[in-house]
Amino acid sequence: MSNSEWERDPLYPDSAPGEETFLGQDDAEAVGSYFIGLGLATLLTIVSFFIAISGTTLVWGPSIPVALLVLAIAQMGVHLVFFLNITTGPDNVNNVMALAFGVLIVLLLLAGSLWIMANMNHNMMPMDQIMQMQR
Amino acid sequence: MSAFEAAAGRGDLQRVGHDGEPWEHRYTAHHAAGGLLSKRIVVGYGFWIFLLSDIIMFSAFFATYAVLVGATAGGPSGRELFNLNNVAIETACLLLSSFTCGIASIGARMQRGTWFYGAMTATGILGAAFLFIEVHEFMGMVARGAGPTRSAFLSAFFTLVGCHGLHVTAGMLWLLTMMAQVFAKGYRADILRRVLCFGLFWHTLDIIWVAIFTVVYLMGVWQ
Amino acid sequence: MLGKLSWAAIPFDQPIPLASGAVVGLVIIGVLAWITLKGWLPYLWQGWITSVDHKRIGIMYMLLALVMLLRGFTDAIMMRSQQALAFHSGGYLPPEHYDQIFSAHGTLMIFFVAMPFVIGLMNLVMPLQLGIRDVAFPTLNSVSFWLTATGALLVNVSLVVGEFARTGWLPFPPLSEITYSPGVGVDYYLWSLQISGVGTVLTGVNFVTTVLKIHAPGMTYLRMPVFCWTTLAANLLIVAAFPILTATLAMLLLDRYLGFHFFTNEAGGNMMMFMNLIWAWGHPEVYILILPAFGVFSEVISTFSGKPLFGYRSMVMATMAICLLSFTVWLHHFFTMGAGADVNAIFGITSAIIAVPTGVKIFNWLFTMYGGRLVYSQSLLWSIGFMVTFVIGGMTGVLLAVPPADFVLHNSLFLVAHFHNVIIGGVLFGAFAGYTFWFPKAFGFRLHEGLGKAAFWCWIIGFYVAFMPLYVLGLMGMTRRMQHYDVPAWHPWLLVAACGAVIILAGIILQIAQLVVSIRRREELRDRTGDPWNGRSLEWATSSPPPPFNFAVLPRVEGRDAYWTMKQRARQQTKPGAEPSYTDIEMPRNSATGFICAFFATFLGFALIWHIWWMAIVAAVGAYATFVVFAWRDRTEYIIPAEEVARIDRANRSARGEAFLPMEATP
Repeated sequence: MSNSEWERDPLYPDSAPGEETFLGQDDAEAVGSYFIGLGLATLLTIVSFFIAISGTTLVWGPSIPVALLVLAIAQMGVHLVFFLNITTGPDNVNNVMALAFGVLIVLLLLAGSLWIMANMNHNMMPMDQIMQMQR
Repeated sequence: MSAFEAAAGRGDLQRVGHDGEPWEHRYTAHHAAGGLLSKRIVVGYGFWIFLLSDIIMFSAFFATYAVLVGATAGGPSGRELFNLNNVAIETACLLLSSFTCGIASIGARMQRGTWFYGAMTATGILGAAFLFIEVHEFMGMVARGAGPTRSAFLSAFFTLVGCHGLHVTAGMLWLLTMMAQVFAKGYRADILRRVLCFGLFWHTLDIIWVAIFTVVYLMGVWQ
Repeated sequence: MLGKLSWAAIPFDQPIPLASGAVVGLVIIGVLAWITLKGWLPYLWQGWITSVDHKRIGIMYMLLALVMLLRGFTDAIMMRSQQALAFHSGGYLPPEHYDQIFSAHGTLMIFFVAMPFVIGLMNLVMPLQLGIRDVAFPTLNSVSFWLTATGALLVNVSLVVGEFARTGWLPFPPLSEITYSPGVGVDYYLWSLQISGVGTVLTGVNFVTTVLKIHAPGMTYLRMPVFCWTTLAANLLIVAAFPILTATLAMLLLDRYLGFHFFTNEAGGNMMMFMNLIWAWGHPEVYILILPAFGVFSEVISTFSGKPLFGYRSMVMATMAICLLSFTVWLHHFFTMGAGADVNAIFGITSAIIAVPTGVKIFNWLFTMYGGRLVYSQSLLWSIGFMVTFVIGGMTGVLLAVPPADFVLHNSLFLVAHFHNVIIGGVLFGAFAGYTFWFPKAFGFRLHEGLGKAAFWCWIIGFYVAFMPLYVLGLMGMTRRMQHYDVPAWHPWLLVAACGAVIILAGIILQIAQLVVSIRRREELRDRTGDPWNGRSLEWATSSPPPPFNFAVLPRVEGRDAYWTMKQRARQQTKPGAEPSYTDIEMPRNSATGFICAFFATFLGFALIWHIWWMAIVAAVGAYATFVVFAWRDRTEYIIPAEEVARIDRANRSARGEAFLPMEATP
């Protein structure tokens, strides 16, 4: 099937998520998009490993976890845009909204759990320490 | 229910329009937004929603890992256990396999057998390499007495990373099934929809791995 | 060979489960024999068990819910009578048994009564209201139902083979860990919920996709009935929350089966994390239950007031606000666990905020009724009963949301009264309102009004008599789940509560009678036009019951209350619309995938519970093979020829008589 048969009817503007080619993009551009994604992701991965392992002074020590998180989020973005073709175009609104909903829930769950459990652990002595005290 | 058996349907439940064929204007309204969409979009979107639910499940495991990361019960911690060379190789394997999976998707769309089968085979080999290294790592840890029953931290580690590994394993089974289906039935529309879903799945697994190698391995080893 | 299973698993020494198991077994065998002898098995297999029709699947869900309601209610009667008797006495239920009863009561009612009921209603009604032929993934729909049925089956099997959990409806560790619950009870609970949980998540995916991506022409998002919006919100919550339940129960399973240390006392386990995660699921879960009920009330109230729903946009915003806010309140279920004042305060505030959108909805319903021409049908009675009861329950909820108050009332009978207040007053009344409202659409005849109204009054009076004393008891300090007690002041209240349970029993008997009488008198109660209530939305535009394809030609939608607009136009034109042009319709084929998959899932669950490893492997392979066989099929649809469509539709159109509508979608 050539790309023309996938042309979007203007009344039906949605794209499936993960659709490899978007409107007007030909196959060569699609492959190019994957190469760019691979390159960027590799770069971000190498930077992450470098920061974490090499003990470099290029990044202030205590901020390294934050830096790693930022790099990870950037890399996830690279995957979403270049591999999964999730864009901000009008044909992708439903896909982006669903993703945003999922991300929101993930953030609420992670942040909420970490905050709650940090407070709990601070206030409630962990069981193994109580057991040790009783020996 | 009377017997309406007839020739095989053309795959269009909702009379929504056929992939690659002219729209059935009789069933559309010129002024409809939110009207009828092709089956490919519906299936792709449904699988996307399922993947989001899977990501939320992983985030529950991530949250548990983050809470329990310090609970080593006097046993070994990540710093002592993790071999970052292996992690780097695993990351490279998975990232490359994501790339080859993308090429395979394009190959399926273009119905070019060399692209499709070649790229899928490469994806499979890279995925298998990832799994091999991971299983090797797990077995090594168990042999050193750092198995999942040693401490809460290790339980959380094995579950989080192991769950991802199980997903990769399921993905490998799916990959083989997709290759078999294309071989047996050709590039039929419903099979291409499944290839689309497989691509979504495989890319998502790589996204989750990015989170794993950052939060579990890199942050575990950094000091 | 058979793992931990042996003859000792059957409770020969406990008369109550043995007797009830025998009775139920006899009933099941009797029903199966009757069906077989009447020759109905082929029809049941073709028309129901392998059906992928959303209407049939919806009805089966609701049938499952109603049957499980009987078992759950039996547990409730046992608990009430035990507490009425157990003053300075042991009552008639030993603690090990009583614990299983309250655990089974909660588990069944939430997972196998309330969930299937609302999912069944959404299944039956939502595609009809959207003007489409079926949900996005019909075979997946069937799989979801049968996996839910598997879960219900496993819980019920635990009555006669082994035991059920004694940990309450949420299995808090460390009590639920293998050290303190070495029996199979908790395993029954866990595997039953994991299996049915898969089904539920698949339903969530299915319905979200359907509502967002498949409509009749012209049905924009803001023209959808409010029931479809609440369906969307509830299913978004299912997709978001149930994975958390799956993960948490999986971690408990790993602790129990493989000796992991997520929630154990030793090796660094943190059981508070279980509470945190399970309630991060548990709070959205109750909104999953209540949102479809809110949707039902919107439909019923606007129909029986003869007016469009007041404040459509604010209803939609309130629904989506509740959807998002439900993920910000979960800590209020464990204020007393020790997170401290800062955390408690924040979650207390969010819990108070989430009451606001619900208040908006209540006002909208009231303003819908105001100035309308009310028809006091049984469905409207359930809705009015809901508004009064739910508001009381909601107020006690906001009271509990204040952390200092909760420190006094947590896990007391006040809490029990509150959640029964909102679940019975909200979810169950909504389920009954929907049941009576859409029964004619599903089966082609109405339910008897008089018996229905009598049942309603028994239920609502019985509810207040049974649960208002529990508020008082909670304030007097009585804890929940007590098998016996010695405080004289509590005894009279518990006696009153037991009487309330008996009044509710009368209500249930009246509902059973209503069903029997309605079936017998179905010709006089027949719905010939498909529109018995002068409805407003598209499900009333087709016959009762609808043909398999729902609509001969998909309706063209031009505004909200789509069907009402069509009727108004037809009356203005004082002539019926022209006959549409019929074409072939493709429908999905039946599939045995759901049933067979569930068959293997049942054995998988049973084998895992009893540690019969070879059976587990065989069943898992079987389930996977079923799936592969399904994926390999070539013919997925069958065609209904245009002549057949025309024949069915012409019959319906003539039956409608005066109530003609223009149904064509031709531009």
